[in-house]
Amino acid sequence: MSLKLEPSPEQIKLEKVYREMGLTDEEFASVEKILGRTPNYTETGLFSVMWSEHCSYKNSKPVLRKFPTKGERVLQGPGEGAGIVDIGDEQAVVFKIESHNHPSAIEPYQGAATGVGGIIRDVFSMGARPIALLNSLRFGELDASARVRYLFKEVVAGIAGYGNCIGIPTVGGEVQFDPCYEGNPLVNAMCVGLIDHKDIKKGQAHGVGNTVMYVGAKTGRDGIHGATFASEELSESSDEKRPAVQVGDPFMEKLLIEACLELIHSDALVGIQDMGAAGLTSSSAEMASKAGSGIEMNLDLVPQRETGMTAYEMMLSESQERMLIVVKKGREQEIVELFSKYDLECVAIGTVTDDKMLRLVHKGEVVADVPADSLAEDAPVYYKPSREPEYFREFQAMENDIPEVDDYNETLINLLKQSTIASKEWVYDQYDYMVRTNTVVAPGSDAAIVRIRGTEKALAMTTDCNSRYIYLDPETGGKIAVAEAARNIVASGGEPLAITDCLNFGNPEKPEIFWQFEKAVDGMSEACLKLNAPVIGGNVSLYNETNGTAIYPTPVVGMVGLVENLNHITTQSFKEAGDLIYVIGETKDEFGGSELQKLTYGRIFGKAPELDLDIEEKNQKQVLAAIRAGLVASAHDIAEGGLAVAVAESLFGTKLGAQIEVSGNITSALFSESQSRFLVSVKKEHQEKFESLVDAVLIGETTNTPNLEIYANDKLVLEQEVVDLEGAWRGAIPCLLK
Amino acid sequence: MKFAVIVFPGSNCDVDMYHAIKDELGEEVEYVWHDTENLDQYDGILLPGGFSYGDYLRTGAIARFSKVMQEVVKAAKAGKPVLGVCNGFQILLESGLLPGAMRRNESLKFICRPTQLKVVNNETMFSSAYGDGERIQIPIAHGEGNYYCDEETLERLKANNQIVFTYENNPNGSLENIAGVVNEQGNVLGMMPHPERAVDELLGGADGLKLFQSIVKQWREANVVKA
Repeated sequence: MSLKLEPSPEQIKLEKVYREMGLTDEEFASVEKILGRTPNYTETGLFSVMWSEHCSYKNSKPVLRKFPTKGERVLQGPGEGAGIVDIGDEQAVVFKIESHNHPSAIEPYQGAATGVGGIIRDVFSMGARPIALLNSLRFGELDASARVRYLFKEVVAGIAGYGNCIGIPTVGGEVQFDPCYEGNPLVNAMCVGLIDHKDIKKGQAHGVGNTVMYVGAKTGRDGIHGATFASEELSESSDEKRPAVQVGDPFMEKLLIEACLELIHSDALVGIQDMGAAGLTSSSAEMASKAGSGIEMNLDLVPQRETGMTAYEMMLSESQERMLIVVKKGREQEIVELFSKYDLECVAIGTVTDDKMLRLVHKGEVVADVPADSLAEDAPVYYKPSREPEYFREFQAMENDIPEVDDYNETLINLLKQSTIASKEWVYDQYDYMVRTNTVVAPGSDAAIVRIRGTEKALAMTTDCNSRYIYLDPETGGKIAVAEAARNIVASGGEPLAITDCLNFGNPEKPEIFWQFEKAVDGMSEACLKLNAPVIGGNVSLYNETNGTAIYPTPVVGMVGLVENLNHITTQSFKEAGDLIYVIGETKDEFGGSELQKLTYGRIFGKAPELDLDIEEKNQKQVLAAIRAGLVASAHDIAEGGLAVAVAESLFGTKLGAQIEVSGNITSALFSESQSRFLVSVKKEHQEKFESLVDAVLIGETTNTPNLEIYANDKLVLEQEVVDLEGAWRGAIPCLLK
Repeated sequence: MKFAVIVFPGSNCDVDMYHAIKDELGEEVEYVWHDTENLDQYDGILLPGGFSYGDYLRTGAIARFSKVMQEVVKAAKAGKPVLGVCNGFQILLESGLLPGAMRRNESLKFICRPTQLKVVNNETMFSSAYGDGERIQIPIAHGEGNYYCDEETLERLKANNQIVFTYENNPNGSLENIAGVVNEQGNVLGMMPHPERAVDELLGGADGLKLFQSIVKQWREANVVKA
């Protein structure tokens, strides 16, 4: 039996024990005001997790309000487990992205695995069948240290270990490498689900007298204060927080999915919510608060993995694979039987009350009695000071610089070897991207495509964020992140539906960081409005710093688009010799934040590429119209590394070659990262029709000889066998890992 | 012909198998829960891939004790076609219906990719629709597909023509490039590659369809004669 003595309310106040839990003096005072007394240890714990940035968004809320969250297709915006968008035929798509950065920095395999597990629960707790997983990862440079390589390998293995076992295909994602992520990798996981409108469920505890039931894995001491840990900077002492990292059990979650998806068809179910961050505390307080009711729970009844657990430990545990459900009074037994078919424990632990309080009883005593709203809704909101950083003014004052290139052949090879551009086959080879047999376009093209069985429709999905542009200019970079995601969806034959975002930033208490955050959200919001892709949910991850140095601002965009007909599905690969190759969009001398700039100077500086949202919208609409008219053989977003890299990528795996003619400054033509551009190929028979629909420049054609030849002003400036380009591109990451 | 897709806790390719049979092959098929005690009404038994019991202890090691496995053994003894794919293969090995064992992939990593196979025996009830030595493309997705058996067993497998599929480029370290083997009677096939994932050109190829067509063809011939 545990004899750990908890500090008394007086001690908590006098010795400022609440500070260790992350509450400030002012916050503790307002808790006292809400309760009309000094909180006890358990209650202090409840407030500290629920008022952490991770759960309350207290620092980010005023900024997040700027996001456009409504649209004609939006059925559920931010606020529930995941957002929902209508796709017609009484069906809808449910999706969300979430970070698991800090746990992954400390224990990469379990940190990444439980990140995947958590986001899947958010989706199926809405009643949706999870159909695809994506991710967005950031690490330091692979040649920097064995630690970086270890983090990279283990994060990938953790994602694979969880996703493969649970049987949801990991169909796409992105991985980028930069020194700024060396101590603080980013692990963002996204889940996409499919639902019939009639099955949509919410996490609400309605109906006084209804029963609160606990489902899934037992509660242990793992992950206590995980949400608070996620709201601090990483430091030398972070290793001590390893017990705050949870351990995942994908097998248990697979059973939970199947059982919960059976459960949603039962009319005995009132509400369901995942026990995610802040576990039992957040699920119970939020379900009560959203329904305007209260919940009383007897913690003695909570299934426990360890003996002698205190109320504090149970309420703050973040043990994985648990759900809280509310069922109609008197129907408990049938729910218990439903779960027992899947060998899962389901236990009644409380009831819905009408007094709006979250009341906890443990060993016959009331150990907490606090207003549910005060936990879920009344966290303080901070308007942080914001200041334009010095570096931004310097970068904006710079003229556009064109890096000097002597040898275009060598430069292209080197760009293809850059770890951010190089093939990610080493990564996705470990993900089961085919399970459920709906994956039409596998990882490696612009967006992944998953068909909707029994219809002619499909979903296109992608994650995107070039944080270098955002660091140079958060507002423009924020626009680019959304626009690029949309470009990937369009190039694949889809129309953007909505986005979910994972806003990874440094410490918001620093005015320069908060400024990055505000500006990036401004830029993203503007692009979302213009491209008709509202924000339906997401996650904020602040305090991504190691020993005082922040990561580049990295607001990852997860976008889902609708492909109206399977015939519209388009990939980046060239299809046949003799097809015409076009570029859509203007190429300018833009190298700020580019791969070539980083390769040449070893650092980034200057202005981010410009983005004109009117042009972006026009180009996307034209390309999508041409795809839908059946005129486009292949389409690819021209992104990192510029046109030359895009052409090379379109050749890989095809046995074809290409002859290209460019004009103007050759370095810019080949390697500039100007925005709003597409590379498409078109059959000759469609030339006239295509050119009448799209403002495109014909730059060459595909050939049967597997060589890439690029001419400028009638001179051959680049000539490479595709096999050499492909070898460099495919071999780079495995080589760095040796 | 009526197929059973056995669903163990943690099976996750059951849906793929079900749809391959129903939508692409056009035969009858039902999901059958792991505690079922009678398989008499089914003409063919399919053990799908996945992570039965989370792969805890050892792949397939717990699933083989499921109630339904006694019935699967019975069906196998009765000569019904029994196909185990990926985790289904691992369960067949654990239950002794097929010889050999699985080790972790040589790379120690999970591998998911299309692979080229060679049909080395097209005279089984699972492969008769293929040409002799035909090259086909079927994807793999596994962490433990590195097939192993002792020398004596290998000699027997060869002597009885029990090796049905081999890899053209061995992805996992499998002994003699073995991708799929049948039992001596020829009615139980285990294979690591997923034929049920290769039944639709939209998803990249349909080379797996002939495997299921072979089963149906053999069953029709046998049962039409009987009838």
